[in-house]
Amino acid sequence: MKKFCGVTAGVLAMLAVVSFASAADPLTINGAGATFPYPLYSKWFYEYSNANPGVRFNYQSIGSGGGIKQITAGTVNFGATDAPMTEEAMKKLPGPILHIPTALGAVVPVYNLDGVPAGLKLTPDVLAGIYLGKITRWNDPKIAELNKTVTMPNADIVVAHRSDGSGTTDIFTNYLATVNTEWRAKVGRGPSVNWPVGIGGKGNEGVAGVVKQIPGAIGYVELAYAKQNRMKVASLRNKEGHFVTPTLEATSAAAAGMSKSMPADFRVSLVDAPGKESWPISGLTWILVYKDQKDEARGKAMVQFLKWAIRDGQKMEAALDYAALPKPVVEKVDKALKQISFRGKSLY
Amino acid sequence: MARKTGENIKDLLFERTTGGFAFLVLFLAVLLFAVLLRESLPALRKFGAAFLVTGTWDPVLEKFGALPFIYGTVISSFLAILIALPLSVGAAIFINEFAPPWMKTPVSFLAELLAAIPSVIYGLWGIFVLVPVLRDVLMKPATKYLGWIPLFKGPVYGPSMLAAGVLLSIMIIPFILSVSREVLATVPQRQKEAVLSLGGTRWEMLRIVIGQHCIPGIFGATILGLGRALGETMAVTMVIGNRPEALLSLFQPGYSMAAVIANEFTEAVGDVHLSSLVLIGLILFTMTLAVNLAAKWILTKMVARASRGI
Repeated sequence: MKKFCGVTAGVLAMLAVVSFASAADPLTINGAGATFPYPLYSKWFYEYSNANPGVRFNYQSIGSGGGIKQITAGTVNFGATDAPMTEEAMKKLPGPILHIPTALGAVVPVYNLDGVPAGLKLTPDVLAGIYLGKITRWNDPKIAELNKTVTMPNADIVVAHRSDGSGTTDIFTNYLATVNTEWRAKVGRGPSVNWPVGIGGKGNEGVAGVVKQIPGAIGYVELAYAKQNRMKVASLRNKEGHFVTPTLEATSAAAAGMSKSMPADFRVSLVDAPGKESWPISGLTWILVYKDQKDEARGKAMVQFLKWAIRDGQKMEAALDYAALPKPVVEKVDKALKQISFRGKSLY
Repeated sequence: MARKTGENIKDLLFERTTGGFAFLVLFLAVLLFAVLLRESLPALRKFGAAFLVTGTWDPVLEKFGALPFIYGTVISSFLAILIALPLSVGAAIFINEFAPPWMKTPVSFLAELLAAIPSVIYGLWGIFVLVPVLRDVLMKPATKYLGWIPLFKGPVYGPSMLAAGVLLSIMIIPFILSVSREVLATVPQRQKEAVLSLGGTRWEMLRIVIGQHCIPGIFGATILGLGRALGETMAVTMVIGNRPEALLSLFQPGYSMAAVIANEFTEAVGDVHLSSLVLIGLILFTMTLAVNLAAKWILTKMVARASRGI
């Protein structure tokens, strides 16, 4: 019995220490979701916490689907996603939610073809034709007539795609479904789809692996990944008929081209965006926060962080190969942040 | 048996505690099955038994069938056993019976070290070394000259059912090898000497000894390897090509059950999609359970027959 008492006392003492310690701890904000913006968010959280020691972030990059599930269940303070929530998913939410755009990403076609330099020209229909399995050889007249300055090799096209569900695939298939009616009818869009042809690789690195290893392969990866691995990137004809090389500027241009018609809830796709310089396979990534915050201190800290993210945070994007939000979009987002409130009082 | 009551209580307590642990394991397995069943109910209701024989996997239209994945898991594992079994048993016989003493330890140590390599490393090695080599050395010539055989039909990409099978075989060799060695070592030296003294060759000695003693043990070792091959995820997904189609040709890409779960689970947004993935998990669970139960049953028969034979 004596022993037992000792143990109890010890446990109680430990509990006391723990609770005391947590009272002195900084405020922790929990988030979960998309993997694509994870490097950017880590940098932001690090820089922001350095400047504001009272706030700490804990972000789990479990994927967009997981982020939506967690914010729906209310287990995290914010979610993050690369694809806007569907109406159906929003019906399951306990309260109204805001999609706050934080950065832009681009998806780019990469290929492995000896004798063909970077910048192979493709049109939306040719790209869709390749992924539908209708264009199967590199010297197909449809590709050759776009690239008259190079001799296209007489080789099989090996199509590579993501095998894991991902926001990258969602943007890519959304683009194909937007520009090509056959793709829309046959395959559709989503984080994973029923691919008509091709080999699946896990993650950007998996697709890049397939493309690098197999001569004649074509795949799609995030712009940052293609740049860092120095892969041959194709240029694509955009909505206004210009062939565009994917760059951060061209990605931001897509958002700028879309800013006039951007809906108030920011749930918009940037694929096939208007604008001369717009890269057509671009997309936003969002942070999901509830309009009505349950915890005043956390809600306030979250709003302050988001205000910082769309101002100072944007300057860090290029170094990490993310495209920054264009000014007109930042202004709109700033207004939206004022809607976040605690018991009817704005936390801005 | 006059014991002090204090000791009796200790004994009882010990028995109950260990019993509790044993029960906990059983409870966990049952719970696992129950959760898998519950979560897969929406897919079970929607597709029923047709799920097992449907070849479509379309997350957009929410039409799901497990056939390509079941096929991929079974074929790649079977291929792995086909390659690994003769290699491992052969190596075990060599190490135990023929190898000079200085060679025994390093060879068996290195072989067993293969088991300690994480599967993602196997996968990377598969992508960068095995797949290109298989493609250029084996698959391309085979398609060229034997392409009329459905098993070797092109076109050749590299990532394929064959690549998965070969990679898996390397991963399960250490398991089959080390158990086979243990089994071979249990044969009494006297019996071996008896065969030799009757004028038998080494080959006859091994044939008789292995036929008499070792078949059940090697069978058990194979099942152990098969269990690992069925459930292997990471290495398989990196080389199999992840194409949900059940194709006869070994050179074509395929998919496996464990791989599709790992690939699609995190971003499965639709309820039916998620539930279908869990259902695949349930099928995999049931399959491994069935394989193990069948193996146990066959093993008991074999052991009974082997002991009668002596």
